[in-house]
Parts: sequence; structure tokens; C-alpha cells
Amino acid sequence: MNEVARKSIGRFVPLLVFAVLVAFFVVGLIWNQSHDARFVPSPLINKPAPAFNLPRLKQPATSISKASMLGKPYLLNVFASWCFACGDEHPVLMAYRDKFGIPLIGYDYKDKPADARAWLERHGDPYHEVITDESGVTALDFGVYGAPETYLIDAQGIIRYKHIGPLTPEVIAKDLQPKIDALQRGGT
Amino acid sequence: MKRFAAIALLAFALTFASHAFAIDPLPFQSNAERLRFQHLTSELRCMVCQDESLLASNADFAKQLRRQIFDQMQQGKSDKEIKDWLVARYSTFILYDPPLATSTIALWFGTPAIFLIGAGVVIVLLRRRARPAATITEESGEDW
Repeated sequence: MNEVARKSIGRFVPLLVFAVLVAFFVVGLIWNQSHDARFVPSPLINKPAPAFNLPRLKQPATSISKASMLGKPYLLNVFASWCFACGDEHPVLMAYRDKFGIPLIGYDYKDKPADARAWLERHGDPYHEVITDESGVTALDFGVYGAPETYLIDAQGIIRYKHIGPLTPEVIAKDLQPKIDALQRGGT
Repeated sequence: MKRFAAIALLAFALTFASHAFAIDPLPFQSNAERLRFQHLTSELRCMVCQDESLLASNADFAKQLRRQIFDQMQQGKSDKEIKDWLVARYSTFILYDPPLATSTIALWFGTPAIFLIGAGVVIVLLRRRARPAATITEESGEDW
């Protein structure tokens, strides 16, 4: 390669550098739009769910514990009457509660039981059972930091899946239901 | 210079003072304990309001975690034990100082790598420029 030819290739170097930079920016922009930085993967997935023993919303004298739920998979849906996004999620839960094929347990997070009862009466109750965590101390062990959050817990009490933010028909069809079906088939 | 140092020191002290007053008062037993608490919580992310530290945030979530951290300090737990407790629940995302892991290699070594590549380019360009003038006059027909 002679000097002149090398020089003429060299003059494209700035353009090349610019193109690489543009590529970085475009990927960054697209990534930012398709990912919500709020949705952090839970370190609890495929680990045993933390022990809990919480009063039932409708029969506060009785409680439900992790041990009493062992034996079959269930969904634990963290919600609260003060939680705005839970209102968005609510119709989806109403529509899917009987389609999941496993019990849907409501986890009333940092909420007054009376407020939660009123909220469920006003909008309808999608849950097969509701437990209340008024102080939010148990929720710390679940790593809850914003409602709504949904956990799929298997028959051995192991967390198989977690979704942060409202469940949508797309999320259920793409992520959640296949995981439930796999558990139902006896797989892991 | 002395005056500048004094102003800087005052500004520095005030940033801490504002934090100390902004948040719920916790019954610290000593100033050292309070400083340790402030240092620890300033290194932790408030998961709800992600651009704020646990120390600075006024979110309910941050208040509850501050209380938890305070209680664990009272139980005699080390900073590392407290951080491990948090990471087990909220992942390493809660740490502002990311640990070295496969997922953070680009973060740790990306900048030095880019710097080295840049330095390499500069050295090559400078060497070329230092060539005998003869080759340059030869290409005087170039338009740049």
C-alpha cells in the first residue's frame, strides 16, 4: 500500500469514530426505552421464600404462614390501597384469577386493613386469600420496595419468578403463565 | 487561601448538617456512631427514588431501611454484615459502589480500556508526524 492510499483511508478515521459513537448512543437510547431501570432482578429467585406468618385480612384472628402454604404453588401479589399502579393492575387480576390455575394470594403491604377491605369492596376482590403486613417488616425479607410486585412460589416454598410493577396480559402470556404451567407439570 | 479553606470546610460541614436535620431523628449513642451511620447510608441507593441515597431520601422506604440499619448497628453488626443483608434482598443494585463481578467488568475496566486505546492512537499519530519532512512534501497535493 503506498503512502497516498494510506492517507485516503486515514481520512475516514474520524468518520468511523463518529459512526461508532453514534452506534453507542442509538443502542443506549433503545435500551433505555425498552428497559425500566426500576425493575431490578430479585436476588431471591430460585431461593427459598422468607418465612412469614401474617394475619388474614378477613379473619384477622387467624393467620397464614409459609409452612401452611407448602405443598402447592401459589402467586403472592403485593398490593396496597394507597398504591396507584395497583389500580391499573387490578382489572388484569380480576380477569386472570381463575386462569392462572393456582391460588392468587394478596399481600396487603403497609396498609390499614380497613382501607384494604374498603378498596377490595369497591373494586372487587381478585384474591383467593389476602394476608396483611401493616408494618412492612416481613416485606423487607421479600425485598419488596414498591407495589405492585408478584412472586411465584412453588410447592417447596421456593421463589421461581418475580415481577415488579403491574402485571399485564403480555407479561402473563410471555413470562408468568409458562412458568406456572411448568410448575403444574411437575417440572422446576 | 486560609479563608477559602475555612469556607470549604463550612460548606462541607453544612452538607452533613442538612442531612442530619432532614431525616427522622435516630437515638445515636455517640457522634462516632452517627458518622458511621451517615457514611454507610450515603453509600446505599434508595431503591424507590433511585438517584438518591438512603441517607438523603425522604421516602417511606428509605426511612424504614434507615431504621433497620440503625437497629442492626445497635445489635453490633458490621458494615459488611449490614450490606450483605441488604444485597441478599435488593441485589447489588442497592450499593452505589458496585462490586467486581462478570456483569460489572465493562464498568470497572471500560474506561481504562478506552483511555489506553486513545493513548495508543495518539502515540501512533505522533510517531507518524515525526517522520522526515521529505515524505510530507511528497504529499503536498493533499487537501488537508
